[in-house]
Formats: sequence, C-alpha cells, structure tokens
Amino acid sequence: MERQRSVKARAYIRAILNTQTHPTDTFPRLLAKHAAERPDAPAMREKDLGIWQTWRWQDCAREVREIACGLASLGFRPLDNLAIVGANRPRLYLAMAAAQSLRGVPVPLYQDAVAAEMVFMLDDAGIEFVIAEDQEQVDKLLECRESRPQLAHIIYDDPRGLRNYDQPGLLSFEALRQLGRQFDEQNPGYFDAAVQSVQPSDVGVILYTSGTTGRPKGVCQTHAGFIAAGRGGVETDRLGPGDNIMSYLPMAWVGDHLFSVAQWLVAGFTLNCPESAETVMNDMREIGPSYYFGPPRTFEGLLTAVSIRMEDAAAPKRWLYAKCMALAQRVGADILGGAPVSAKDRFLYKLGDLFIYGPLRNVLGMSRIRVAYTAGAAIGPDLFRFYRSIGVNLKQFYGQTETCAYVCLQQDGRVKLTSVGTAAPGMELKIADNGEVLVRGVSVLKEYYKRPEATAEVLDADGYFHTGDAGVLDSEGHLRIIDRAKDVGRMQGGAMFAPNYIENKLKFFPQIKEAVCFGNGRDEVCAAINIDYEAVGNWAERRGLPYGGYVDLAGKPEVLALIADCIAKVNADLAAEDGMADTQIARFLVLHKELDPDDDELTRTRKVRRGFIAEKYAVLVDALYGGKSEQFIETQVKFEDGRSGAVSATLKIVEARRFPAVRAAA
Amino acid sequence: MNARIEDSALLAETAPVPAARRRIGEVILDVQNISLSFGGVKALTDISFNVREHEVRAIIGPNGAGKSSMLNCINGVYTPQQGSITFRGKTFKHMNSRQVAEMGVARTFQNLALFKGMSVLDNIMTGRNLKMKSGLLAQALRIGPAEREELRHREFVEHIIDFLEIQAHRKTPVGRLPYGLQKRVDLGRALAMEPQVLLLDEPMAGMNVEEKQDMSRFILDVNDEFGTTIVLIEHDMGVVMDISDRVVVLDYGKKIGDGTPDEVRGNEDVIRAYLGVEH
Repeated sequence: MERQRSVKARAYIRAILNTQTHPTDTFPRLLAKHAAERPDAPAMREKDLGIWQTWRWQDCAREVREIACGLASLGFRPLDNLAIVGANRPRLYLAMAAAQSLRGVPVPLYQDAVAAEMVFMLDDAGIEFVIAEDQEQVDKLLECRESRPQLAHIIYDDPRGLRNYDQPGLLSFEALRQLGRQFDEQNPGYFDAAVQSVQPSDVGVILYTSGTTGRPKGVCQTHAGFIAAGRGGVETDRLGPGDNIMSYLPMAWVGDHLFSVAQWLVAGFTLNCPESAETVMNDMREIGPSYYFGPPRTFEGLLTAVSIRMEDAAAPKRWLYAKCMALAQRVGADILGGAPVSAKDRFLYKLGDLFIYGPLRNVLGMSRIRVAYTAGAAIGPDLFRFYRSIGVNLKQFYGQTETCAYVCLQQDGRVKLTSVGTAAPGMELKIADNGEVLVRGVSVLKEYYKRPEATAEVLDADGYFHTGDAGVLDSEGHLRIIDRAKDVGRMQGGAMFAPNYIENKLKFFPQIKEAVCFGNGRDEVCAAINIDYEAVGNWAERRGLPYGGYVDLAGKPEVLALIADCIAKVNADLAAEDGMADTQIARFLVLHKELDPDDDELTRTRKVRRGFIAEKYAVLVDALYGGKSEQFIETQVKFEDGRSGAVSATLKIVEARRFPAVRAAA
Repeated sequence: MNARIEDSALLAETAPVPAARRRIGEVILDVQNISLSFGGVKALTDISFNVREHEVRAIIGPNGAGKSSMLNCINGVYTPQQGSITFRGKTFKHMNSRQVAEMGVARTFQNLALFKGMSVLDNIMTGRNLKMKSGLLAQALRIGPAEREELRHREFVEHIIDFLEIQAHRKTPVGRLPYGLQKRVDLGRALAMEPQVLLLDEPMAGMNVEEKQDMSRFILDVNDEFGTTIVLIEHDMGVVMDISDRVVVLDYGKKIGDGTPDEVRGNEDVIRAYLGVEH
C-alpha cells in the first residue's frame, strides 16, 4: 500500500519512527532481551489446579523456541499464518511469539465463533496451521476442515477428551515441543537465524475486525507499529517489571494484543491468566493487579453487583455507605485528579477510605490498581465518576483494530469525563468536514490482508486513517466521540440523529441492557429496549412482583413504567442539549427476547447491528411508527447447543414523555 | 515437498497413540438370581445380569421397578434374601457398604448425600476418606506426614475439580449451588475414591436439557479418561440410549429385557411396559 501514500506522509511516519529509541525492536527480540536480562523474573502466571503456576522469562523463551522449532519441523515457513483459537492461556501467547520468531504471522481468532464464522477467516488468511486450546475448539476446527482441507495441522493444548481422536494432523502441545527439541538439535542455528531475520517492518499480527459492517477484514499490523503503540502506553503510565495485569479478554481482540502482548513485551510486566472464565473475579482478588483493563460492560456489571448487595445490607451499613459515597461523589474524583480540596474533606475522605472505599476496592480486586482503562464503548459519566471517586484511577482510551487501539489516551491529572483524552504520543488527529475523525501516526495499519481496495478506502493519500467515527475536538485537544460517522443520520426535520449517542444514554441505566433507536429520515425517534434480566428481576422480587421468565417480566406494566421513567430522564437530558431536542424518544417498546450474537443481532463484541435488527423486526418498527398500541411477534432463536426454537409475545407500544427544548441561558 | 512427507512420517511416530481407545473387557461384576423383599413386598425377583469392564451399563424401568433397590444390593446397603454377587471373581452373599467401597465401587445418590454447609472442596475431600492413612490426631494437628498426605490428596481433588469444571465454586458451600452443580459435586465426591465401578443413581434427574448434556459429557469423559466402569439408573430414555453400551430393563422387580440399546428398543415386553398395550 506504500504507493497509495504520498511522499509527504511517508516522511512524516518515518520521522516518528525515528524518534523511537529502539528502531530495530521486534517482538521476538524483546522476548529474548527480557530472557537475557531478567531470566528469573516472573513473566506469566496461570492458575492451574488451584495454584498459581509461574513461567519465568527464561521459561517463556525456552518454550517459544521449542514451539517455533516444532512448527518449523512440520513445515511452517516464514510469512505463513498461524491461527490461534482459545481462551487466554500462557501457551497460546507463547505460540504467538513462536510464530513471530519464525517471521510468521499469528492470527488469533475469537474462541466463541461458530465453525461457519471461523471457516471464513481460516480461508481468508490461508491457514494451514492452528493452535487450539481444547476439545471444543478442535471439534470446531475438524468441522471446518470438511470444507477446507488445507487445514493440515491442528495442535491442541489441553488433551482432555481428545484421547480417541485419530484424525490426521492432530498433535498435542507436548508432542509439538518434543518435535521442536529434536529439530533444534538437528538444526542448531535455525531458530536464532530466524529471529534475526524478522524485520520491524514485517507484519507481526493479523487481527480480524469484528464485522460490525459486513465481512470481517484482516488488519495487518507491523512489529514496529504495535511496539510503538505499546511503548506509548507504557511510557504514559510508567509501567514496568513490577506491574501485574489480568489477561482475560479475547486474544483476538486488539486491546488484548496491545495490553497482553505489546505492552507486556515492552514493559516486561507479569501476565496473569485466570483459571477459567467464571473465576476471573476471584483470581483478580488473589492477584491484585496493578494495571487493569475492562470494557465498560465489566465495570457496569461490578457496580450493579455491588448495588444489589448493598440494597440487601442492614440499615446502618446502608446509611454509612450512602454517606461515604455522597462524600466520594463530591470530592473523590478531585482528590484522585490532584485538584485542590479542603483539609476537612480530605480528612473525611481518609475516614471513608478506611471504612468503605478501601474494603470496596478490595472486594472488587482493585486494591493495588495504579491504572485501569476502559474502552470499546461509551462509558456512563456516573459509572466513570463512581470508580474514580472511590480511588480507582480509571481512564479511557480510544482506538480501533486498525490503529492498534492506540489513538487517544487520558493522561493522569487531565481526565475529562466526557472525552476519550488527547492524542497519544506519536499520533496526530484531524476532524474531517463531515465530522469523521482522521488519524495518522505510528500505530496506523499497514494494510488489510489481501484487500487493497478496502485499504485504499480507509487510508488516504496523506496517510490519514479514516476511523468511521464522528467526533469533536475541544480547545484543549480532547476528543469526544459522538457516534459512528455512517450511523449519524438526519431527521426529516433536518436535525442530526446520532442513534448510538441516545442508545448509550439509555444503556447507562442499570435496568436497560441494550437499546436500539430508529429515526433516520423519519419525523420522530422510536426505541426498542432490552431489559437487564438480573437488575429488573431483582427489582421485581424486591417489590413482590411475580414473573415467569424473561418474556413475562419484559411485558409487565410495572416494568414498562420503570423503563418509561428512564426514557423520560434521557429525553430531559436531550432537551437540554444543543441540537438534540428534536431527537427525543417518542415511543418505545420492550423486546421479548435478549438481543444475541448467536442470532446475528449483536456483533461478537456486543455492538448492536441496527440495520439487521430493523429488517428482522420490521413489523415492530412499522408498529412503532404506525400508531398501533400493541404488536404480536414471533421470533426464531438459536440456542447455545445449536438447535433453534421460537419465542412469541404481544408487545405493548408506550408513548414516552417529551420535554420542550431548553435554551442555555446566556 | 519431500521435506513435508518426511515430516509426516515423524509426526506419526510422535503423535499420541490413539490405541488407548476404550475397550470393553471381561465381566467385572456378575449378579446372579437376586431376590429381595421387604416383608411381603417383593422388590426384586430373580434378577441376573452382568457388567463388563469399561462399559456403560444402564438400568432402566418405570417408577417402582426396583432400580434403586438393585443398586443398593450391589452397594451393600440391602442384603438380598437370595442370589449372589460376584465382583472380580470373588462371590459374596452379602457385603457391607464399607467393604464395597474398599473394593473400588463408588456411587452417587438420587437425592444427593452431600454436606450442605461444607465447601465443594471439602465435600470432594471426604471422598478421599478411605485413602487417608494418618490417624485422627495427626490429621487434626497437621503433623508432618499427615500434612504431606493431605497435600497429595488435595492435588488429586484439584484434578477432579478441574475435570468437572467447577473451579469457580471451589470454596462455595454446596448448599448455595444450583441443583445441577450439586449433582456434579456428588459425582466428584464419588470420583475422589478412584473407583473401578461407579454406580450412578439418576444422575440427571431434575435437570434441564443443557445440564443433562453437560452431565452426559462428564459421564462419558469419566468412562473414557479413567476407564471407569459405569452402572447408571436413568429415566431419560434419550440419554440412556445415547450413552450406554448395554441396557437392563426392569419392571415390577423382574428383568424384562437386556441388551444393546437397539435390541432393547425393539423388545416387545419393554415397549409394553413403557408405552402400554393396545386392548
């Protein structure tokens, strides 16, 4: 894609890369450096059989060497792609490093993707070698192989249940390492020569986009790009060998690659892999990470759990909690941000820390957190303030797969609740005329794998990557993201319609799990709501309101009234905002089933697919705009075991309370 | 290209040998002419069947057919009035439960027999009771060898927890777990005995489809990974036909069918007992 970029752009990128102090770094070299400098320091931990097992840097280096040599002995060549499917296990991370050491390219895939989705990516990336976690993944891959016989080698980590598999090309991790040791003995210089041959400008990883819009695309990122992105974050937050991080988010997600691979190898801190997906909270309490990433959903879930438990607590405890939280709301964020606060409030906050905030952070596993990040979706200001007010240094960043998740960072002491921060070191921001955010700098993708036309669409001649997000830059250089640029539409009356913006406001209520707004080209905005089964269920139980399952609960008049209240609050908010008064929600309904990625209604990263939903639930949309008071609907659903069934209900359509536009007083 | 062919030859040498495939062996447990009655009520009449090593053997039948009584006879809880039970070549008129357990027969219960207030870990640990050699006092004071022994047993229990995927509930009191998970803990406790034969009394009673699928998978995995012979009682015909190698059918305390799932499915008497007859 070099030819697409002008001379000017190339000079700019080169200038930035030259400012990096380590221009020859590649991931394999970084690993070798840690193994040489700090061989006995802990590099990774995984909880196994109830005990935290540690890999030292020298163990990592040795295992990577074995895996790499094993792959080489099976015929893995430089520039080959190695698919990696599974949950966060140390060996899968080491397998990534092994592929990179051979100048190959790891392609992590989402472990919860079904075979049909997986086969697309295996095909697209021309995969012959896969490292899989366990029987579940192997079964899927064998299914994929029926339609894609090129998938020659499937190597698995956990042998459980695979004893009786005799398909060709199936190999255990231990056997692979054994092959590697033999190969290494016979070809002693092979591995080191391979590591030396890797160039910083080589593609270091291919990450697939979530496919919010059409088919997933493979994003090729170079070693240099990801290392620069990692280094920027590490330097901003002064991360180092003493830090601990939990690695529990999908390895196929760019954020995990940034935190658990790039920053790990740059800073040399310790990765901690949970025992299983269900034990993350517990494992986190045991490890006490100093550096943490969670999507807003996770932070929201934690807060909901805390609130539910507090509501069940005894009256004096509730009183103390309420008092302390009120104080924290008032001064906590300022104390954390280093703003001036009176001595009396500081003293009271210390007391609160002793009784409430400290223990609360401990329960959340956040006692030792220096830096916590969230990104991926908008986070509610209240939620954000809650964590900061109890002393958790929660910050936001902004980026996408195409930019190594590295565009903007909130700097310590300069955290604004509504923005995602200022341009990260080495990055440059620009807002296009249509409001789209454009970025260029160290972390911008090299290209989409085998898709020159798609690359040309997003990378312009000046080297700017078109993010597809609509945003605003304020006078201090803070970026505020409003919506997807292509989602931003116009109402019939000419007002700007930003559906995500409204949906996010709705989702900040704990009772609302998902929301979908319609309104582009129409005269009014209507919404379809998904209740949060846990929060609303708990609310109903507290009120002695009987219900028989999700469909019944979602249709209760009391629940509709509860949601109507939330919507009225959002409308009041919108009425107070410049240019948003016309996009108040006129009518809404509460859906009878949860939107689900298995039914293609959400992406795997749980973003709503508005177009698909509008088509699938066309009768409901028509009913919302057709002035009906209720509508019958039957929907096909896919269960987790792959079978399908139908859910039907008659949904009530409720008018929402709207407010006159408030003009800000001069 | 040549290199690749050589590589695959190498591969064949080092790959894990799938020859460990489960093989059904000799008769391990032989039940001969068992009759059991409580006062005038005949629970079992002249029942004979055998169980081969490494197989999954199901006992099915309508309510009150005598399935649990049969299991209780094998288990030594009930003493049959007539008949004999041969286990690994040794014939017994009657046994007590402890002897049976020491011989390597473990069981789970229809109505769960767990310590509700104790954690999952401790409950499964109780399954190691027979294997603990140190005395009460040494264990209480955690004196040298006793502590080492406990650590060894704990490691074994951790393998079971990992196997049954209940890591998240390791420290949770059993009484707070949902029913399906309690059943899994019950299975874990039985597995902790490292049994050669595992008797499962309605392992899937009261479960939803998903829980049943999980449980079936665990039962097959136990059979596969540890080679444990399994005798199970189950009501869900779909499950029984799917996972068992041979099935015994009881009705009113009598054996009315015995054979592979397909044979049993075609058996007139069985159809009559389950579906009723047209008059």
